[in-house]
Amino acid sequence: MHPVIKLVAQRFALGIILLLAASVIIFVGTTILPGDVAQQILGQGATPENLATVRAELGLNDPPLTRYFDWLGGVLQGDLGTALTNGRDIASTMSDKMGKTLFLAFWAAAISVPLAIFLGLVAVRYKDRWPDKLISSVTLTTISIPEFLIGYLLIYFVAVKLGWAPSVAMINDSMTFVEKLHSISIPVAALTLVVLAHMMRMTRAAILNVMQSPYIETAELKGLSTFEVIRKHAFPNAVAPIVNVVMINLAYLVVGVVVIEVVFTYPGMGQYLVDHVVKRDVPVVQAAGLMFAAIYILLNMTADIVSILANPRLRHPK
Amino acid sequence: MRIPTAALFGLFFTGLYFFIAIFADYIAPYGLGEIVGDVWEPARLGYFLGLTPDGYDEPQYWLGTDQIGRDLLTRMIYGGQTTIWIATMATILSFSTGTIMGFVAAVNGGWIDQALSRFIDLVMSIPSLIVALVVLSVLDTTVTTLILVMGLLDSTRVFRLARAVAVDITVMDYVEAARLRGEKVAWIIFREILPNALSPLVAEMGLRFIFMVLFISTLSFLGIGVQPPAADWGGIVKDNKDGINFGIGAALYPAVAIATLAISVNLVADWILNRTTSLKGGRG
Repeated sequence: MHPVIKLVAQRFALGIILLLAASVIIFVGTTILPGDVAQQILGQGATPENLATVRAELGLNDPPLTRYFDWLGGVLQGDLGTALTNGRDIASTMSDKMGKTLFLAFWAAAISVPLAIFLGLVAVRYKDRWPDKLISSVTLTTISIPEFLIGYLLIYFVAVKLGWAPSVAMINDSMTFVEKLHSISIPVAALTLVVLAHMMRMTRAAILNVMQSPYIETAELKGLSTFEVIRKHAFPNAVAPIVNVVMINLAYLVVGVVVIEVVFTYPGMGQYLVDHVVKRDVPVVQAAGLMFAAIYILLNMTADIVSILANPRLRHPK
Repeated sequence: MRIPTAALFGLFFTGLYFFIAIFADYIAPYGLGEIVGDVWEPARLGYFLGLTPDGYDEPQYWLGTDQIGRDLLTRMIYGGQTTIWIATMATILSFSTGTIMGFVAAVNGGWIDQALSRFIDLVMSIPSLIVALVVLSVLDTTVTTLILVMGLLDSTRVFRLARAVAVDITVMDYVEAARLRGEKVAWIIFREILPNALSPLVAEMGLRFIFMVLFISTLSFLGIGVQPPAADWGGIVKDNKDGINFGIGAALYPAVAIATLAISVNLVADWILNRTTSLKGGRG
């Protein structure tokens, strides 16, 4: 078998194993840890009868292994159970929220990815001169501020002081596309800032790594301009590491979304997860946590597969 | 030995924050839960900078008051104490667990190394914030559980670094010599590997500490971290966030505090790391 196909197949299998393992971690994390789920849901004032009812409802009287396979079987058939707090079907609630979250994440990615690559190229072109130093110090600052504070800084200055965009991101089906975009513009800006710094620094490092190779020196010595060297020689070789960087940061975006949605009270998956963690609604937490973990694992898997495919040494084995 | 200006700056501010955190009880002008004035009174600091609208008297409180009229400077000082305390304890836990596991994996090799490394890969395949949210949905959110959850989740990253550093050291002649002398694993870890791996680990410790500060602030902001009546920087943001829509910046002070602390610690960590790499991985 061609070694590339073998490697990709191996990585794919690893992804599936990780997904299963993630479901185990999430299940174990919510059920076997010390602390009675029923007690947590009902609080201190629960009567023994109430506790018994909730335990029966959650199936807590069955052995853990049975419960795990019941749960996993349900998940594989698209049945995520019902929420304890309002009795609604989790899968149908979540598909709506997932769409909203993906809408937000898509626009953040669509802006931050080209911008990060461009800034990374600029930083390499003017390495150790003022554009590089400026970009590096600004990105260092944004890395040092937590996501939610970037959100509030933007709300304070852009929404309140300048009044350019709404501070609460509400979208519904009756809005036109442009209205929706305007509504989510500040959260998108915040998410962009969150991932931009990491992505730009990693892009810069990846290109610099390529720029120190002997063939770049040859290209420079034969008299090509710096931008030509970057465009013709450095960039094609840096594609694989950059794609990897982008994928890793998209995975990072998944986490950023949770916090940013809470800041802007955006009705997506992140808000849904955090709300139900606070309410201690275990079935929802399990389902939403598994969803986030799955997206994260799939993006990381895609990153690895892309870098396997983009590696010329693997594509043309000796 | 000369210390560069940036590192001195970093050391000074890091020291200042820790000093304030340790002596919060003596420095804070009011009590933690003491209501001293009206809701969201303007800050005296802003008055001197000319930010207060005309027609106001000189405000009494340096940073103004919070959403129920408590002194914000006091809240920030006590909040810093809580945040720094939790972050420090979680860093210590994450470092001791992570390094010991990493060294054990590197020294023993074989199936112990494989089992530990694959287990760590597994935990790292899910974002730590998501795992923390899932776990904290069933646990009581006390300071102890927060430290345990954050410390153990973060020890996976320390494990990777410690193992990578230790693998390079275990192939050295002096470790071989120690093995042939018949020293036990504990001796090799603490007397041969630890002293030689210390510098990169200390630099990493700074970064992990910052990560912990950001982590606990995020958890508190989301409402599952430090619970009232205790205050911490993330909680102050959560309490005062509604003021932002009226142009009241009370929720933004923690941003300044977290960012300056993070940058100071980063500067110190960078300096330690540079000092080590220039000595080609020596003891420094």
